[in-house]
Amino acid sequence: MNSNVRFRAIAILIIILVCVYGIIGLPTSKDELVANWQKNIKLGLDLKGGSQLMLQVQLQDAFKATADGIIQKLKEELPKSGIVYTEMTRNDPQSLADGDKIQIDIKGIDATKAGNFRQIVQDNWGGTWILTPVNSTDYRMTIATSEALKLRADTLTQSIATIDKKINGLGLSESTVQQRGGSASDAEILVQLPGVDDPARVKQLLKTQAVLELKEVKGGPFPSDADARASKGGVLGLDEQVAKGITRAGSPPDYWILARTPVVTGRDLRNASPQQSSQNGGWQTSFVLSQDAAKRFERFTAAHINDRLAIVLDKMVLSAPVIHGKISDNGVIEGLSGQEEAQDLALNLRAGSLPAGIEVLEERTVGPSLGSDSIKAGTVAGVAGVGVVVAFMLVYYRRSGVNATLALVLNAVILIAALSYFDAVLTLPGIAGVILTIGMAVDSNVLIFERIREELRAGKAAIAAVDAGFKKAFLTIIDTHVTTVVSCAILFLFGTGPVKGFAVTLVIGLLANVFTAVFVSRTIFDWELGMQKKAVTLSI
Amino acid sequence: MELFKNTHFDFLGKKWPFIGASLVLTVAGLVSLAMKGGPKYGIDFNGGALMYLRFNQEPPVQKIRAALTGKIPGEISVQQISGRQEVLVGTEIAGEKELNQNRQIIEDTLRATFSSNDGKLDVNNSAAEQLADKLREPLLQAGVAMSEQELQDMSKAIEQSRASKGGILSSFDELSSVKGVTPQVIAALKKECSLGPFTILSAEVVGPKVGAELRRQAILATLYALGGMLIYIAFRFEWIYGVAAVVAVFHDTMITVGLFSLFNKEISLTVVAALLTLVGYSMNDTIVVFDRIRENLKIMRREKLEDLINISVNQTLSRTVLTSGLTLLTALSLFVFGGQVLNGFSFALVVGIIVGTYSSVFIASPILIFWQNLIESRKKAAPQGAVKEPSRELAGARKAKR
Repeated sequence: MNSNVRFRAIAILIIILVCVYGIIGLPTSKDELVANWQKNIKLGLDLKGGSQLMLQVQLQDAFKATADGIIQKLKEELPKSGIVYTEMTRNDPQSLADGDKIQIDIKGIDATKAGNFRQIVQDNWGGTWILTPVNSTDYRMTIATSEALKLRADTLTQSIATIDKKINGLGLSESTVQQRGGSASDAEILVQLPGVDDPARVKQLLKTQAVLELKEVKGGPFPSDADARASKGGVLGLDEQVAKGITRAGSPPDYWILARTPVVTGRDLRNASPQQSSQNGGWQTSFVLSQDAAKRFERFTAAHINDRLAIVLDKMVLSAPVIHGKISDNGVIEGLSGQEEAQDLALNLRAGSLPAGIEVLEERTVGPSLGSDSIKAGTVAGVAGVGVVVAFMLVYYRRSGVNATLALVLNAVILIAALSYFDAVLTLPGIAGVILTIGMAVDSNVLIFERIREELRAGKAAIAAVDAGFKKAFLTIIDTHVTTVVSCAILFLFGTGPVKGFAVTLVIGLLANVFTAVFVSRTIFDWELGMQKKAVTLSI
Repeated sequence: MELFKNTHFDFLGKKWPFIGASLVLTVAGLVSLAMKGGPKYGIDFNGGALMYLRFNQEPPVQKIRAALTGKIPGEISVQQISGRQEVLVGTEIAGEKELNQNRQIIEDTLRATFSSNDGKLDVNNSAAEQLADKLREPLLQAGVAMSEQELQDMSKAIEQSRASKGGILSSFDELSSVKGVTPQVIAALKKECSLGPFTILSAEVVGPKVGAELRRQAILATLYALGGMLIYIAFRFEWIYGVAAVVAVFHDTMITVGLFSLFNKEISLTVVAALLTLVGYSMNDTIVVFDRIRENLKIMRREKLEDLINISVNQTLSRTVLTSGLTLLTALSLFVFGGQVLNGFSFALVVGIIVGTYSSVFIASPILIFWQNLIESRKKAAPQGAVKEPSRELAGARKAKR
């Protein structure tokens, strides 16, 4: 064996080891092997079962809500400054794209108060909303372009965060919520719920509004539901309920006994924002209540100093801080772990209910049994198909068929390992890519072998024939593969989900194939020929 | 072992019957497409709701149809999958607003019609979490010592067991071997839950807007991909090779889509993946033949182009038959064993491999010859005294970068 072949063999061995590690890790038992395999090979929802929802955020709702907020504020502020108006209305944009065409019409402002009125608008919404006079008494407010962009982005981010919280609250920890590719103006959100075969509950949850509640804590925290009940002698009072805390990383959820009637709900909240404490520098979340709620809250907190107050989102207890003093319209939630939590909490308080309506554009649900049916059928078909191919190769090309089989197997190993390393998900269209890969892998081997045979027929010696065969077939293989890779690149750029999945698997498969069919197979041939001392022959 | 050795079939001499057959197939497909108003798109591309149900007995198709009629506007299709206790229930959807409603109406109607409506949980149609929620209280009351985690695990195990039994249970006793399921659990199941006669294997709801967008994107992506391949082949060979290869591939796709229309099969997203596969396959096949032609153009300078192509096709014949045969076997095994989900997919593959193989020989190669003849006849028609060009224009492929 010459050193060149040995060097290549070592390179191949390393690649095989890296691939095998990527697929099964370093298992110490059979169970662990299976577990690693299942962890590394991620199946798409169409194979494993689950639901996928495509939602569209009705961004125009957020514009309307913002305008309503301004109108309400103006209705409060103008009388204070003695400004009289006759009418204050907003228009009603219907479609997603029309959101930024929102406008507020304010009519009947006395000309003598114009300066005063302008000042109020400037103080409150200067830079974000633009005030233009329609005539001497009427005005129109429109949203500034930068503010419209910000509102769109914020609404989308808030929606995604809220949906994520809500779904995680259901205990569907494997679920993903993400903005769908494409332009942000589409405001599409893709929700994937592995293992869920009835997304009705999820859809219902997304529709429910009014989800934030501040409630009196009557007991807790307890380590389990049963313990919470036991603390009350197993019988809960009429105004009592057990609520589960959110699951934080590394610690089990707490259970609380809460009053059923909330002191304040999300509707009573005007705003919430994260801030840093001026005393100890710790992160906290401040919130502002509406006037009515402030009065109620003041009475409640005065009576419950040093008690706990539960902040409940979607029926899950987010936190239960101790009330340190009387709180009226401004409150601060302390005891947070850091900036991130303060921001999340503020976001949750603001986005307790979704900032805009949600429409379901698409739902795809595959039950677990159909998924496993597909896997079974696919496996049987795959094994049968590959079995036929391998059997034929061995009969037709004899020992060289072993070469081809090794190349095929290695191709599959590299493909699976690459999917695992790239965290890619295997879906049905992905399997289509695998099938084409196998087809082209078989083709590459056949091309090479037929070429070698041709060269042998032409009277060349084994070593020269192998050399010429590989050289000539190589150009063909490169042309066929590059053409397909070019088309895959385009499919990946312009295609949607399933088409992309096809393209990704195919490109990986093709790259692996060039490696196995050309490099690995060649090395095996060279090794085989190098082993023979004299009268070199080839079994092909 | 060798199947083909030094064959000398006159493929191009027999091209007309094949081109004729291609034309007949293409025209038949086009006529079918025209009569049916375009391809029969699945709900992926048209929008609609589709539910795939499995029953534990012969599905009562009439009863399903009767139950749904009047509940949903528009056409309702109830179609049994031949030889299986499975039914596809589909509706059209006119607007985005009805989307969710229709799916829910179908589901609710079916449940109301087939499940006993006594407040029990239909285990054949519920997820693990629902089952856990339903069992928590009763098990607590029955004094079963079980942690929340054990309850969740057991519910998941029950769901998995159901999935492995085809998604449908006919008796709770089937669960007795499932991990964590004790006789007490079975008793609770029997008391609190029921087993409906059907299970929902899959449900798809796609809005018409999304459908139209998907359709547009799939078609555009495919056309761009064809364009990209044309450019690459033109760059590696000659532009006419690119055109010929793309025409051949387009021909394959047209015939396959036409056959889908003739057999009344739906084009879904998975079928599009299969069409992309066949495009890749057919292109691969064509390039192998072209590559040989290019090589032979360099070494056999005296042959007529037609003969040269014939030789090239014969030289690659062994490879063509082997590769196509083997991949066809793989596709056939997928068609036979692949089940309902892969049916359309594997059908497209089987058709595509057959058509894709022969189009390389009988569509792509003749285009090269037609082009060659066209150039020569033009040259003859050109005024005398014109600069004499080498007789074989296509030999320009010699220039191709190597």
